[in-house]
Amino acid sequence: MNLKTPIVDPRLNRADLDEAETFTHVNEMEAWGTFEVFHQKKRGDQHVHVGIIHASDPEMALLFAKEQYGRRLHSSSIWVVRTADVYSLGYENQDMFETTPDKMYREAGGYKLRDKISKYKKEMKEHAAG
Amino acid sequence: MYGGGYVFLEPTNQETEQNQDDPEKLSAFEKLISSGDKVEPQDWMPYEYRRQLIRLIEQHAHSEIMGSLPEGAWITRAPGFRRKMALIAKVQDEVGHGQMLYSAAETLGKSREQMINDLLSGKSKYSNVFNYPALTWADVTVIGFLIDAAAIVNQVANSKGSYGPYCRALERICYEESFHIKQGHDAFVALATGTNTQRDMLQDALNRWYRPIIHFFGPPDKNSLHGEQLMKWKVKMASNDDMRNQFLDSYIPKIYELGLTLPDENLRKNPETGRWEFSDPDWDEFQRVINGDGPCNAERIATRRFSEEHGQWVRMALMNPRQQATTPLA
Repeated sequence: MNLKTPIVDPRLNRADLDEAETFTHVNEMEAWGTFEVFHQKKRGDQHVHVGIIHASDPEMALLFAKEQYGRRLHSSSIWVVRTADVYSLGYENQDMFETTPDKMYREAGGYKLRDKISKYKKEMKEHAAG
Repeated sequence: MYGGGYVFLEPTNQETEQNQDDPEKLSAFEKLISSGDKVEPQDWMPYEYRRQLIRLIEQHAHSEIMGSLPEGAWITRAPGFRRKMALIAKVQDEVGHGQMLYSAAETLGKSREQMINDLLSGKSKYSNVFNYPALTWADVTVIGFLIDAAAIVNQVANSKGSYGPYCRALERICYEESFHIKQGHDAFVALATGTNTQRDMLQDALNRWYRPIIHFFGPPDKNSLHGEQLMKWKVKMASNDDMRNQFLDSYIPKIYELGLTLPDENLRKNPETGRWEFSDPDWDEFQRVINGDGPCNAERIATRRFSEEHGQWVRMALMNPRQQATTPLA
């Protein structure tokens, strides 16, 4: 290998880097398949999708998911699911949700009673005063 | 960490001709982006958007992996237990960031194996700064402080982009990297406020890194042809010169306040334009290094090839014959 600066890493000096003039191709699927990772910060929270991990089986996926997505602050639990096992409605079906925000009768805010009660009370008071 | 030194590859005429986008779909796509919504992997996207994003995210991923090499080499010799622990954590983070970014690029249809092969063969690029050596511990502190700070400027900008998986990965990356700058600054200040020998060592390292740092955000805007469309599609979020100026504005005072200098007599902030000016940093050198002829390109690629080759038997032994490739969901 034609080096312009000295190698400063003692471990690299021990490795026979001259042999790395050529390289071995990585085969398809050598990086294994993917798992979707769900992470729960603390008990009581929902598990939230945080990304994917490459692993050959679920056990390894959990190990890597812990290393990749549990590196900071609090974690209480992690789930992994094979990407192929996730079913989704997809954005092409997004229009099926279009009218949902209009359905105010499904919301507490869709019911206004106070005005009626106040009006009724006022009338009653006037009636009593009569 | 990564720089904005990303050089967008112009499509050839043949590519442009062969990959004409459906105008109706294109206009719906552009409407989605201008509304501020994110593009997700399952959406239709223009050929050129997909191609440039794969290139950009892949280069970013390679940079994280290659970036861990110069610093990783100093773990065994970090001065003191606390610095060693921080450096191990940081290098692990960088490799993890590489993994997350590869995953984001995979959602666009290029397999991880293809990306690794393109890195090993020298076809794919990565940030130029990692083709310079970390000769002393002071180099590690300059990388940890200034290169990471520059990378954050770039990554924060990119995290506001249009592609969902890339933005989500960058948000996590920026959060994790906030500690990288702090630990880098801490080690930098320790040398700057130390003995004369330590200060000299730091000044030397700064002198060596000044030019690669100016190169970090890529060639000046006047040299780049592309841009308009990629800015409109929110692939590129800020111009190279703007990011460089923002970085210099924030970090040059932090160098000067410690009584350190930078080896450029023309470096100054123009009071009229409010922008930093500097000597021509030799953009030909930038081109030479990105095309493989830097001080450490050969060593870095050889190291990567060595690791990949020596890990192959483990990956093969664990391969599950029933597993099939699936594009990640998000």
